[in-house]
Amino acid sequence: MIPAIVVFAYLALVLYIGIFAFRRGQSSGEDYFLASRSIGTFVFLLSLVGTNMTAFAILGSSGLAYQRGIGVYGLMAASSGFVIPFMLLLVGTRLWGFGKRFGHMTQVQFFRDRWDCSEIGTVIFALSAAMLVPYIVIGVMGGGTTLEALTATTAPDGTVSSFVSYEVGGAIVALVVMSYVFFGGMRGTAWVNTLQTLMFLSFGTIAFLLIGRELGGLDQVMERLSANPRTASLLTRERMSQAEFWSYFLIPLSSIMFPHMSIMCLTARKVVSFRRTVVLYPLCIALIWLPSVYLGVVAADSFPGLGPGESDDVLLRLLTANTEILVAGVLGAAIMAAVMASDSQILALGTMFTEDVFAHYGATKRFGARAEVWAGRTFVVLITIVAYLVALRAKDQVGIFELSIRFAFSGYAAMTPIMLAALFWKRSTKWGALAATLWVAATVLASWWLHDATLAIAPAPGQPPVPIYPALGGMLLRGTGGVTIWGALPVVPMVAGSALLMWLVSLATRPPSRATVERFFAPAPGVTAGTPQ
Amino acid sequence: MSRAERTGTPGWKFYVAVWLAMMAVHQDFWNWRDATLVFGFVPVGLAYHLGYSILAAVVMAVLVRRAWPAHLEALERETADGGTSDGGR
Repeated sequence: MIPAIVVFAYLALVLYIGIFAFRRGQSSGEDYFLASRSIGTFVFLLSLVGTNMTAFAILGSSGLAYQRGIGVYGLMAASSGFVIPFMLLLVGTRLWGFGKRFGHMTQVQFFRDRWDCSEIGTVIFALSAAMLVPYIVIGVMGGGTTLEALTATTAPDGTVSSFVSYEVGGAIVALVVMSYVFFGGMRGTAWVNTLQTLMFLSFGTIAFLLIGRELGGLDQVMERLSANPRTASLLTRERMSQAEFWSYFLIPLSSIMFPHMSIMCLTARKVVSFRRTVVLYPLCIALIWLPSVYLGVVAADSFPGLGPGESDDVLLRLLTANTEILVAGVLGAAIMAAVMASDSQILALGTMFTEDVFAHYGATKRFGARAEVWAGRTFVVLITIVAYLVALRAKDQVGIFELSIRFAFSGYAAMTPIMLAALFWKRSTKWGALAATLWVAATVLASWWLHDATLAIAPAPGQPPVPIYPALGGMLLRGTGGVTIWGALPVVPMVAGSALLMWLVSLATRPPSRATVERFFAPAPGVTAGTPQ
Repeated sequence: MSRAERTGTPGWKFYVAVWLAMMAVHQDFWNWRDATLVFGFVPVGLAYHLGYSILAAVVMAVLVRRAWPAHLEALERETADGGTSDGGR
């Protein structure tokens, strides 16, 4: 019970932060959704890291490392450690600049402005919003799983029961997150994210030391894993293909197209906040992912034989089995912190509904600015309820990691050419953006369908992929984790097709007006002609 | 005169080159089946990618010096009094 009490104390703390932020806030939409663009460097860095770390990073990565080995770190963390800050520097700073100049609060507002379009912006909004929902669901699922595991007790006859069920745990997490987002808006969310990031930055070192000591030294564990033919391959990348590994490098492109990340870029008080952020970001990623992946592999020695769905909570199993009960509670709270990072996504979705639909179609003018904030809060409540209901249905059906990858990461990565074209290519057009967006929607649905339709022929872990249509040879293969195209992940043709359509359709259609292009590409007021652009 | 020459910031070829170089360094195929333990407890593939993460931080520090969008600092001064410089949405 002590771990659960510590976690509940933590939940009460984040709730208090949200209410404290509510007292500091103003009643304007810009204050509720963007904290009045006033976030300083320290909170900006830590909240950006926290925003990007969900159950996926902590529970998903250790569960996947349990199944596929140490390669998970290079696959996701090392590539993210370069690609995400690279995109923050290249794209995030420019978005910040346009937000500052023109008052944009969402990506879609920028696209509508940049290409003189309304309905095409709505199409981009619809796709972005639809792909964000599963990401929010993951947070609720992770919360339910964590609370259920932390309150589990074993009876003398070996029966395991939990004081807090998955359903109740998910509801508690959803309610707490919804409450501090509802009251605190972006300010409360950024503060909670900062606290969360500080907690899980320290989590890895503590977990490493405590679990390693309890298991008799991590070198001993590694020797045992190496000597066991069933686990030796976890210390290498034999359980993943080279094509999958290189193609995964495109997945972190998704980061800047995730609405919560791009909206967070607009909150910085000064552009110099990006400087330290992009340099320290790779190190923060390493500090969080390295212990998660490493301990996921260590868990294969302690708890052998778990299936893909069961291995999501191996980190919690290690903690409760190898650390003092109070420490397990503190570390459990740190994991909880990561799980609850879905707050930014909920707020982002609320911001998008309010700004891209409610305000764009005239409701703010009609009902007033105060109604805009309340519309945002109402959306926050509705989104959380929907996410919870989906999480109840999705329990035990898919691994946390897989769910997020399939629906969100590849799709957002494939939308990156749209953003790059808007920012850097004067000749790009709204029709090019529409073509690329429809391509992304179609390919996300197609890869989802193909994944589900081939579940029956999916090979067991460690087995080679099988052709889906033998007549096509190695073009479409079904591996353990999903469908590949000539061995590479679907994200490769998705990004390439999106870029190609953006280019070809833009060239074939009329460019935006000269005035619009001048507005975005001419030097900003106060910038002299010699100032670098 | 190219945009890069006009503005003093690198052109798109520079960014693509950095991207491709980092992508190439990421592909350590020679470590694929190597289970050697560095310091007795870190598999060599994991140690390599930890090194890659540190390299990424160094590369970003170089990019901040070489490819920083300095014009945005001028914009920041312009809007220092608060609000947006263009009258909002």
